Amino acid sequence: MDVKDIIKEENLVYKKSAIITDNTMHYCPGCTHGTVHKVVAEVIEEMGIQDKTIGVSPVGCSVLAYNYLDIDWQQAAHGRAPAVATAINRLYPEKYVFAYQGDGDLASIGCAEIIHACNRGENITVIFINNAIYGMTGGQMAPTTLEGMKTATTPYGRDVKLAGYPLKITELIAQLPGTCLVTRESAESAVAVRKLKKMIRKAFENTGKKKGTSFIEVVSTCNSGWKLSPVESNTWMKENMFPFYPLGTMKDI
Amino acid sequence: MGELRLMKGNEVIAEAAIRCGCDGYFGYPITPQSEVMETLMARKPWEETGMVVVQAESEVAAINMVYGGAGCGKKVMTSSSSPGISLKQEGITYIAGAELPCLVVNVVRGGPGLGTIQPAQSDYFQAVKGGGHGDYKLIVLAPNSVQEMNDFVDLGFELAFKYLNPVMILSDGIIGQMMEKVELSDIKPRMTDEYIAKNHGSWATTGKPGSRNRNIITSLELDSAKQEKFNHKLQAKYAKIQEDEVRFDTYKAEDADYLIVAYGSSSRISKKAVELARAKGIKVGLIRPITLFPFPVKELNGFAKKVKGMLTVEMSAGQMIEDVKLAVECSIPVEHFGRYGGMIPSPDEIVAALEQKIIGG
Repeated sequence: MDVKDIIKEENLVYKKSAIITDNTMHYCPGCTHGTVHKVVAEVIEEMGIQDKTIGVSPVGCSVLAYNYLDIDWQQAAHGRAPAVATAINRLYPEKYVFAYQGDGDLASIGCAEIIHACNRGENITVIFINNAIYGMTGGQMAPTTLEGMKTATTPYGRDVKLAGYPLKITELIAQLPGTCLVTRESAESAVAVRKLKKMIRKAFENTGKKKGTSFIEVVSTCNSGWKLSPVESNTWMKENMFPFYPLGTMKDI
Repeated sequence: MGELRLMKGNEVIAEAAIRCGCDGYFGYPITPQSEVMETLMARKPWEETGMVVVQAESEVAAINMVYGGAGCGKKVMTSSSSPGISLKQEGITYIAGAELPCLVVNVVRGGPGLGTIQPAQSDYFQAVKGGGHGDYKLIVLAPNSVQEMNDFVDLGFELAFKYLNPVMILSDGIIGQMMEKVELSDIKPRMTDEYIAKNHGSWATTGKPGSRNRNIITSLELDSAKQEKFNHKLQAKYAKIQEDEVRFDTYKAEDADYLIVAYGSSSRISKKAVELARAKGIKVGLIRPITLFPFPVKELNGFAKKVKGMLTVEMSAGQMIEDVKLAVECSIPVEHFGRYGGMIPSPDEIVAALEQKIIGG
C-alpha cells in the first residue's frame, strides 16, 4: 500500500499548513521548535497574511527557520532580531513582522535589543523559545538555565555564586509600557498547543491593530541538550521549568 | 543652480539624505557627528517625505536596523564616529555578506579606544580593508568639502544599489564640523512600492505575494563549497568595482617632480602646501584619491613613472601609505608625514617634511 492510497481527501482529519514548506526539518525529534513553527504557520495561513508577513530568524537552532515557513525572512545577527524587526516595522507599518528567538539570543546577547524594542512599543510580535540551554552551539549555559542545572559550561550544575541567577526576562518585559501582550506558554500537550495558538493569533491580531509589542515565551524542551528522551524531557520540564517559569498571561491589554 | 546654503558638513549629510529620497536613518549620538541626527530630528522628514528616523539604543542596534531596512529594498543609512563605527562592524559584515545596499558615514575622530573627539584619519585600514570579519570590502568615498558631503550621499546610495554593497563615506571631524557654502541637490522622490517590487523584487523582503518565491536575507551558508563559490562571486564584484569606479582628483600634478598623496581634510591642507612649495621653486603636485576602495592604483602607478618621489599626508601614523607603496610597486621613494591623536598638520610642516624626507632624502 502506498501513501497516496492511505491519504485520500475523504479521509483527511488533519492537513499540514500550506505555509510549511516540504523541506526536511533539521530539528531533533521531540524538539519544541517544530511544534511552534507549525502553530505560527497555521496562524499566518488562517489569517490570510502570507503576503504581509516578514519573519526575522535568530542565531541558534532556529537560524534556518526560513527553510520551513513559506514567507519572506531576514536572518539576523545574534541577538539583533528585535532591531532588524524594528526597521522593517517602521518602514512597512502595514506588514506583520515577527522575531523568533531563543533564550541565549534574546535574554543574553540580545538583552538590550529586546528591552528597547519592547520599550519603544514596536508594533511586532516576538516569539521567545526558552529551553534553558544553547541548543545549536552544543548545550552551554543560557541566561535562563536553572540553578543547579548541568550544561556543557556548568558541568557541576549552575552555581549562582559563579554564574548568577536564571533570568526571568518575560517578567521584566511585562513591566514595559510598550508591550500589550506578555504571556508564558508551553507546547508539550494538545491543550497547551491550542492555548499557544490562541495567543500567537492574538499577538498577530495585535500587530494588525497596531497595539504595540506582543511577547510570547514558550517554555520548551531541548532533549539533546538536556540529554534526556523527548518524553523524559517533557516530564523534567513540568517538574523543574514550570515551577520557576510559571505559565500564564502577565499582561493583555 | 541648486539652493545655496552655509552649512556644517554633518548638517548637510542630513539634508542630502532627505533630498535624495532616503527611506530611513538609524543612529546613535556620538561626537563629532551628532548634528546628523539632530538635524534630521529638527527637520521632521517623516512629515515631508515619509522618511523614518530612529534614535537606536546603541550603534549595534542602529546598524542592525539598517540591515533590516536594507533587506526590505529601502534606501537606509546610519552615521557615527570611530568608536561607534567599531561597534557597527558586526552589522556591516552581515550587510556585506547578505549583499545589501546601505550608506554608513564615519566622521572620524582620533583613537585608539575612546581617544579624542578631535579629527583624525586613523580609521583608513578599518574602512578599506573590511573592518569586520570575513573577506569583504566596502566602497569608500572620501569627501574633502562640505559640498562633497552633500554630493556623496546620493552617489553613495547609487553605488550601493548598483553593486548591492555597503558604501562608507569616510569623513573626519574637520569636514563634519566646518561650515562651507554648499549647493544642495535637487529633491528626488522616495522609491515607490511598485518601484521596489519591480527593481528589488528578486531579493527584498516586502512580504511574499503568490507570484514569486519567498525572499530570504541571510549571510549563512553551511556548505563550505557553496560558501567558497559565494566568496568568488563577491571577489568578482570587488574586481569589477576596482575596474569601473575609481575616482580621484589632481592639482598641479602634470608637470610635477614630486607628488603629495592625500585624501579628505589632509588634501585641503596639502593643496596649500603645494602652493607654498611652488613659491619656493619646488614643482610639487597633489593627487587626491576620492574612492579609497577602489584605490586609484593604475593612476598612481602611472604618476610614479613621471615623478621622483611621493609623500603621503595623513592624519594617522601612516595607513594609506601602504596602498600607495603597493600601487607604485616600490619604483620610487614613498614617505609618510602625519599628525594624529587629534592634531592637524600645517602646510608649512608638510613642505618641511617634503624637503626633508623626499627631496633631501
